[in-house]
Amino acid sequence: MSAMPTASRNADRNPGRKSWGQRLVILIPYLWLGAFFLVPFLLVFKISLSEYATAQPPYMPQLDFSEGIAGLRDFFAGLSFSGYARLASDSLYLTSYGRSLGIAVVSTAILLAVGFPIAYGMACAPRRWQGVLFMLIVLPFWTSFLIRVYAWMTILQRDGLLNQALLALGIVDTPPVWISTDFAILIGVVYTYLPFMVLPIYATLERMDDTLLEAAADLGCPRWKAFWLVTVPLALPGVIAGAILCFIPIVGEFVIPDLLGGSGSMMIGQTLWLEFFNNRDWPAASAVAVVLLAILIVPLVFFQHMQARRLERGG
Amino acid sequence: MNGRGNQSDNPVPNHGHFAPWVDPSAQPLVRFEGVAKHFAGVTAVDAVSLDIYQGEFFALLGPSGCGKTTLLRMLAGFETPDAGRILLDGEDITGVPPHRRPVNMMFQSYALFPHLTVVGNIAFGLKQDGLPKAEMDARIAEMLALTRLEGLETRKPHQLSGGQRQRVALARALVKHPRVLLLDEPLAALDKKLRGETQFELMRLKQRLGLTFVIVTHDQEEAMTVANRIGVMNKGRLIQVATPSEIYEQPNSRWVADFIGDVNLLEGRVAEISADVTTIATASVGTLRAAASEAKVGEAVAVALRPEKIRISREAPPDGANRAEGEVWEIGYLGDFSIYKVRLADGFVIKAAAANVTRLVERGITIGDRVWLSWAADAGVVLTQ
Repeated sequence: MSAMPTASRNADRNPGRKSWGQRLVILIPYLWLGAFFLVPFLLVFKISLSEYATAQPPYMPQLDFSEGIAGLRDFFAGLSFSGYARLASDSLYLTSYGRSLGIAVVSTAILLAVGFPIAYGMACAPRRWQGVLFMLIVLPFWTSFLIRVYAWMTILQRDGLLNQALLALGIVDTPPVWISTDFAILIGVVYTYLPFMVLPIYATLERMDDTLLEAAADLGCPRWKAFWLVTVPLALPGVIAGAILCFIPIVGEFVIPDLLGGSGSMMIGQTLWLEFFNNRDWPAASAVAVVLLAILIVPLVFFQHMQARRLERGG
Repeated sequence: MNGRGNQSDNPVPNHGHFAPWVDPSAQPLVRFEGVAKHFAGVTAVDAVSLDIYQGEFFALLGPSGCGKTTLLRMLAGFETPDAGRILLDGEDITGVPPHRRPVNMMFQSYALFPHLTVVGNIAFGLKQDGLPKAEMDARIAEMLALTRLEGLETRKPHQLSGGQRQRVALARALVKHPRVLLLDEPLAALDKKLRGETQFELMRLKQRLGLTFVIVTHDQEEAMTVANRIGVMNKGRLIQVATPSEIYEQPNSRWVADFIGDVNLLEGRVAEISADVTTIATASVGTLRAAASEAKVGEAVAVALRPEKIRISREAPPDGANRAEGEVWEIGYLGDFSIYKVRLADGFVIKAAAANVTRLVERGITIGDRVWLSWAADAGVVLTQ
């Protein structure tokens, strides 16, 4: 067993030893990332540094290779930071970012609180039921996401199902307002993203060796304590994966806040949409997108770095 | 005795004189009373009663599925008996949950916590007891030294070799100073050489700490090596409980004789009984004499004859001795000794073992040779069951 990690470490130290076939296989994801992430990102990044022009591509400056070094110099001289300057000047952007991050943090916390028990219950269920439970979690995907959000609109509206039920049960006298509130956004987000939280946690819990809990009990640890000392730490990779899978798209979420949220304040996805399609200010919109990416990527890279450090220290 | 490290100067007596099970006044440390366990209608353990004494190294031996692991798991508290009681120090622990039992288990898979270091794993059980930090550190250090794990303190389980992981699992269970240490196939994952060394290490540890060990194994050699007594199990029942040499030399049934080691079973009927010799009429080798037994004249019995008790020679032994003539059918060369399969006139094959005291080139008997087999009158054990 101990020989394997050593062998792979040696292989990493001598990348030149890899065969062409191996290199090709490694290349495929990089090509994919390059074609569908890096190139589009560079385009967006370039537009974000352009001068504002009302819906009139091409955006200046343009890189003209036919003029050689001079063209390159002109290109860099022509770059403008006015898009970014607008982000800083208008508090609208800052509040949008803040709201997006706030809603993403709160909803990820709720997702974790709801998703972990579901995943735990699934993993504890008898083997023959687990397939059914798994299906039940995935089942909502069979219906279009948009239709499900619209369904929530009818449930949450003033004379919707929720208020009808609350009135009928005598819990409230006057129908409370649900739709067009942050609460509605949270409901929509938690509902939509729950499978993305449940499934990675379930995957780690399901893989867990039950004899570890027996070992904990054998060593004098009651069940509830073993949950905290053994189950939770071992489920951590799944929890982190689920949190990242939920948090990142929630920050950029557009449809749910647009349909369920109020018009008073916007999440960053809505702001982005407005810049592109209403104001037609592509440089500002691109700047919004680039900053959003930076906000999301920096903590991720930091986290990865910490993980790598921890692994190294462990070795 | 709770096995503190400094008791090594006052160890439990060794094999030779250590036999509390023959002392009727001795109180057992562990007592199974008519314990039974069924899983979905299948009987895993069937009315087992067994006493295990302080300081004993007890082995539960049997083929897979014989119920030995279930019995061990009931002692650890992971399974509840359907019937019967389990007593520890005279106290009924049948309903006590595993985390309140003063016994610890070493799991077959080791079940080390993958997210904890070597020290984290060993400290886990002590932390549950709320031990003061200083005492905890001292006990961990003692255990690290005892299991030769120094220098590996901060490693995670996946960074250890199989043998090292096995020692962490052992240290983690031993550090709690259990009244009984339970070992579930503890060496099954090790290679043969390491397994052999670890068996002796286990015996030394048990001796040094003055603890009681109960081991579950399907490896009879392992059971014979480490144990003071062996409980042979089959189909949920304890077939025989005795010392390794008794189990080997005086098996109480055809099944035990056949399960432990190599044996020739000669079927026949008792012809005559005297104080020290039983005479049996067999079809294959005619009339033969075996050790005294409680069988009755005319009863159908089997004579168990170990291959190494049979002498193989070209010359006919004197008439009147237990003997049989046949042809060498196969020879298995095992290095230290060889197994000769000799076919008798009626087709019955008897296995005889001979130590290779001389070098191969000088040995005479080969396949196809006509040879004589002979054995002493007390070599054969009469089995009625």
